[in-house]
Amino acid sequence: MNLVTPDIGLLFWMCLSFGIVVFLLSKFAWKPILGAVKTREQSIADALNEAKKMRDDMAKMSASNEEVMRQARAERDTLLKEARDIRDKEIAEAKSKAKAEADAMLGRAREDIRNEKNAAIVELRNQVADLSVQVAERILKEKLGDAAAQKALVDKVMTDIDLRKS
Amino acid sequence: MRSFPKSLRAALVLASALFVSTGRGQHQGVQEPAGNEDAVAEEVLHDVSGDDLEVESQPNGSFKAGELIMEHIGDSHDWHLWGHTHLPLPIILKVGDGWNWELFSSSRFMDEHHHPASYRGKHGEYRLVGKNIVGTCGVDCVLKVTDLSITKNVATLFFCVALMLLVFVGIARGYRKRGVAAPQGPASLLEPIILFVRDDIAKNSIGEKHYQRFTPYLLTLFFFIWFLNLIGLIPIFPFGANLTGNIVTPLVLAAATFLIVTFVANSHYWRHIVAMPGIPPFVLIILTPIEIMGHFIRPIVLVIRLFANIMAGHIVLLVFFCLIFIFSKNGANPVGGWATSPFVLAFTVFINCLELLVGALQAYVFTLLTSIYIGTAVAGGHDDHH
Repeated sequence: MNLVTPDIGLLFWMCLSFGIVVFLLSKFAWKPILGAVKTREQSIADALNEAKKMRDDMAKMSASNEEVMRQARAERDTLLKEARDIRDKEIAEAKSKAKAEADAMLGRAREDIRNEKNAAIVELRNQVADLSVQVAERILKEKLGDAAAQKALVDKVMTDIDLRKS
Repeated sequence: MRSFPKSLRAALVLASALFVSTGRGQHQGVQEPAGNEDAVAEEVLHDVSGDDLEVESQPNGSFKAGELIMEHIGDSHDWHLWGHTHLPLPIILKVGDGWNWELFSSSRFMDEHHHPASYRGKHGEYRLVGKNIVGTCGVDCVLKVTDLSITKNVATLFFCVALMLLVFVGIARGYRKRGVAAPQGPASLLEPIILFVRDDIAKNSIGEKHYQRFTPYLLTLFFFIWFLNLIGLIPIFPFGANLTGNIVTPLVLAAATFLIVTFVANSHYWRHIVAMPGIPPFVLIILTPIEIMGHFIRPIVLVIRLFANIMAGHIVLLVFFCLIFIFSKNGANPVGGWATSPFVLAFTVFINCLELLVGALQAYVFTLLTSIYIGTAVAGGHDDHH
């Protein structure tokens, strides 16, 4: 049957054409195409690697930034704490100093008052003594008739003697 | 990537549309001369003249579907365009045993009334008997003729080669120009397929180590078969010749595969064929002949698979078309023909879609099996011993 008998002419041309097309396409088509595709794949892979590296670097950098921030924050906290301590100490010191001063002043004032009081008591006692003496002296100088006269005398004397003046 | 299904769809629609339109054309072409029965008979005789020349001109033009189908899936020395219009093709003959050549046009086999004629050349007189050229030199002198003509199939082959060179060298230029930029135009359609052949066919079955050596051959093989399958599906000039459904094409391609496998095969492959390691000797008596036969059977199976698939597709399509002629009693009963046509067209559109799939699938299968055979031939001895 002709269907499965190879035709010699077609066989000849087929071998020739297929050989030529394999050769020409391999040389002028597949080589540049596969080469370009490979180059592209390579460049894509490179770009991806590059991007990954950059991302890692960024991550590393941000981690170190974080560390620096953390340290700075800790430092600030210590500084603030120290400042607060110093302030508290100073305030306490000033307070105790002022209290001591006030106490001392108060002590001195009390001392003064006591001294004045004592001096006043002594003077009062002296004046009372003087007054008594004067009163006695005047009474003794007057003539003492009766009781009413005596009493008037005493009143007169008492009026004369202004306690507050002496 | 997105343009691929769209283009495929467009090609599918186009191919189906073309087939439908030619189907109509054939239908009407035969119906028209229905009034003139002699003309019908003559046309059928002319169209259907098979190899064995047993067409009998019966009254009312008996229709021989088998012969028409054989004629359509076979080769011819000229290219039938439509009606009585043929594109003449060059006839190249080597005459006798010496270096004697004849070159003339195939139109010489037909006189101005479209009757068969003979041509007198330098070395003898030639005429067509069926599809074969017979050379004679006087009475009882038959010349030995080797027919190297550019037949319809050969012309289609050249057309396909030219198309492939144009397309792939064209896109290769684009790649050179654009460097690593993304592909554009036809390259963006073909690149996924090229990468598919490279990665999923070549690299998968041959292996990382050797695949680059064979990728160009596998790519050529794949696109050669695919292009020829598609060309065979489009029924109008300059397409339509059934090349992959002709025994020669699969034969040559499988022979190339066979030669490559035989020449690149390493000692590991031959040792496994001649004496499979770890098999007792009495089993080897059976196994070794099977393995040796296998080495030859595999390319033969490649031939049969591609040939039978594509040829069957063409025959199914033609059988459907022949139904119109059979039901119309070859023009005597136009109503029957018209009534059958819608169903036939629906079926042929469906079969055509199927054939588009089969065309790609057979190209894939042929290439895949070739690369698997190459893969077994070059597989390293140490990695897959156990």
